[in-house]
Amino acid sequence: MSMSLVSKHSGFLLLISLCVAAPAVSQDSAQLEALFWARKDSALTRFSQADVDFMNGMIAHHAQALIMSSFAETNQASSSIRVLAARIINAQNDEIRIMKSWLRKRNQPVPEIRIEGRSLMIHSTDHAAHTDHADHGTDHADHMDHGSGHHGSGMPGMLTDSQLKELEMATGAEFDRLFLEYMIMHHEGAVYMVRELFDTDGAVTGDDTYKLAADIHVDQLTEIDRMKLILERFETLH
Amino acid sequence: MTIRYLLFATFFAVLMIKPNIGFAQQAMVLEDDRIGLEAGLFDAEEAIWNLHKVTSVAPPEDFVGVTNSDLAFKDHYVFQGNYNGVQIWDVSDPQNPVLAKEYLCPASQSDVSVYGDLLFVSGEGTGGRLDCGTQGVEESVSADRLRGIRIFDITDILDPQYIHNIQTCRGSHTHSLLKHPGDDDNVYVYVSGSAPVRPAEELPGCSGMSPDDDPESALFRIEVIKVPLSDPMQAAIVSSPRIFEDLTAPPVHGPTEAEMAQFEEARARGEFVVSVAGSYFTLPDRYVTSMSASYFESEGITEPTVADTNAFREALPEIILGMMGGGGGEESGPDQCHDITLYPEIGLAGGACEGYGLLLDISDPVNPFRIDAVADSNFSYWHSATFNNDGSKILFTDEWGGGGGPKCRETDPMEWGANAYFTIDDEKKMHFKSYYKLPVPQTEMENCVAHNGSLIPVPGRDIFVQSWYQGGISISDWTDPSNVIEIAYHDRGPVSGDEMTMGGSWSVYWYNGYIYSSEIARGLDVFELVPSEFLTANEIAAANTVELDYLNAQGQPTYKWPPSFALARAHVDQLERRQGASAEEIANLRAEIDEAEQLGSQDVVLRVQEFIESQD
Repeated sequence: MSMSLVSKHSGFLLLISLCVAAPAVSQDSAQLEALFWARKDSALTRFSQADVDFMNGMIAHHAQALIMSSFAETNQASSSIRVLAARIINAQNDEIRIMKSWLRKRNQPVPEIRIEGRSLMIHSTDHAAHTDHADHGTDHADHMDHGSGHHGSGMPGMLTDSQLKELEMATGAEFDRLFLEYMIMHHEGAVYMVRELFDTDGAVTGDDTYKLAADIHVDQLTEIDRMKLILERFETLH
Repeated sequence: MTIRYLLFATFFAVLMIKPNIGFAQQAMVLEDDRIGLEAGLFDAEEAIWNLHKVTSVAPPEDFVGVTNSDLAFKDHYVFQGNYNGVQIWDVSDPQNPVLAKEYLCPASQSDVSVYGDLLFVSGEGTGGRLDCGTQGVEESVSADRLRGIRIFDITDILDPQYIHNIQTCRGSHTHSLLKHPGDDDNVYVYVSGSAPVRPAEELPGCSGMSPDDDPESALFRIEVIKVPLSDPMQAAIVSSPRIFEDLTAPPVHGPTEAEMAQFEEARARGEFVVSVAGSYFTLPDRYVTSMSASYFESEGITEPTVADTNAFREALPEIILGMMGGGGGEESGPDQCHDITLYPEIGLAGGACEGYGLLLDISDPVNPFRIDAVADSNFSYWHSATFNNDGSKILFTDEWGGGGGPKCRETDPMEWGANAYFTIDDEKKMHFKSYYKLPVPQTEMENCVAHNGSLIPVPGRDIFVQSWYQGGISISDWTDPSNVIEIAYHDRGPVSGDEMTMGGSWSVYWYNGYIYSSEIARGLDVFELVPSEFLTANEIAAANTVELDYLNAQGQPTYKWPPSFALARAHVDQLERRQGASAEEIANLRAEIDEAEQLGSQDVVLRVQEFIESQD
């Protein structure tokens, strides 16, 4: 199941080169398809350690946003904050999936996140080792790195545990205000991380990487603006 | 005489009655032949309804496996952007598009526009090079990098000459080409892009600071490039309008029915629900207590009655507005647009700008200014806009998640990643009407969200053909903007069934009788409309009488229908659909038109023309 795309499609390429008797039209199409996947595979080689670090950092960063947003339903947030939180959960879950896939396709260790209440656990699985599974016949589950729950606390915009706890305890209008303040700060941290990545030599050279980072940049900027406006209104009212 | 009389009476009747198509509103459907399609790149299973796929052509070898992007059209050529450059297809025979030229010159997103002998291409990604090299750019500051607009001379379409660049601080994610009706000497390019600002060491003058700290900031502005047609190498940025200034209080479209029901419930419980500037609030008790106390005090009321409390309720919106007044503070609001659709003939543009949909006055191309703005709590990221032909309505798309995510799953709300429809009143204010989203769920393997499209020139109706990435293409009728319905579609299974792989329709536009779709992974698809209960053969024939010399969908043209019998028959079909005449009358009208056509006299044709012109 977890066989890498590289091996799958180079296998396919081999298959194509053997199919000399195939009809001309379908052979053209099959050759073009082989080229399609080969080019996709070759694009996967265009990345740097800074890109990998960014993905890992942003996965943890996003995970904390999931924790923060999960409180909205239970802490009597107002309807506009619940909508906001629901969309953050949807969006950042999807982006985490995309970033994990980005790492997996490049044979990088893929962090697995687990959330319990306000604590975040990150296990990093060595995908490269996992890919070799069939050859070695050994189970690499033992190589999981059991995170401590302090992942990414050094990243910009990340809440400290006491801030998270404060948010977890807040309810109603107080929760709304705190959620907005902290999520604005949190998003600004993510925007900072993207800008830092752009300023790094050799980073964001791949199209997939660029798209992912640029999308995170603009989505969070847009959301920051929306949250600031809601916050301004709240401050007027309360 | 009777023939003419009846023919003209038909036109008159048809044109006087407001369109009311009257089909039922759609929700997400869970039984549909788009569900469960087999995955594949060039052999994915397909579902098609009320459309005929004329042909599909795969990208050439240098472009396959690299993202296909937007389309532009000139004469019988289709210009298809690709992150590796531009592909030019000769579609003299739409059954058989022939690759006339492939120009390798990598840059994302390679958004394309064409005017006269000039081709414009956007570069935003960090790997675009001035020399069109394919090796990318490694350094974060580099003299080799191109982020902005490339200009090509296509006097010889088979041999484009790369003549000029305009570098911009944030690159060009998209651009829109403005041909102003009053200016035949220049065209203008509005540049949009929200990527991080380039370092000043790479492009002098670029600043990502807040405009409060640096008036030259590249944030909170768009760029306008003026291109002198006689000397396009002099093209340069001539203004950077700050169209977002003071855009701090978000107007919202008003609550949905469900939200309204919640507010009604709250009101019934005795809670204070107020509407301020289109936005509804349930006021917290402590706020009510303190506000009512100061209100009664100012009114000199010591023991408030029920009537006094009601008066307080009525005064609340004004009190709150007063408290909100001023605002100020640090600059917020969107700091860029994703895309701007210019409609020069009506002097307006629709700006899809991060959290807002803007209506801009573009009568002075160099100095566009904002007329109105809308925001919407269901809209994540305003992506693009399309006006209807007479400019009385506008639709905006929400590219929630940026197009890389699967946002059409059964669990994704129908209001998120959808289109939103607005009417535009005489004061140029926009009024929200409804949403429309691809009405069928897509898989986790398919990136899907609202994307680009164009009007199909069916006379008397607003028909939109639209890309939904791997959700395929969907044609919808928004004649009634409160009740938008799907009337045709095409969809494929995912590119890969194992791992989400970017694909699907990036852009789909109607051009001279055919519908062209830029398929991200698979190439170029060509479609024709097929008559159905929603669209008659005559309506399609009438649409196909519209001929354009060129098309950039973000520089929206006004469709004009030359007088034709197809147009007359289309109107009769529409009269019949809305039951505006008896079956016998309809049959008579058709017979009259047939007879008139058989007569074929110049006189009849001229009178038809005169009559139509008098109705414009």
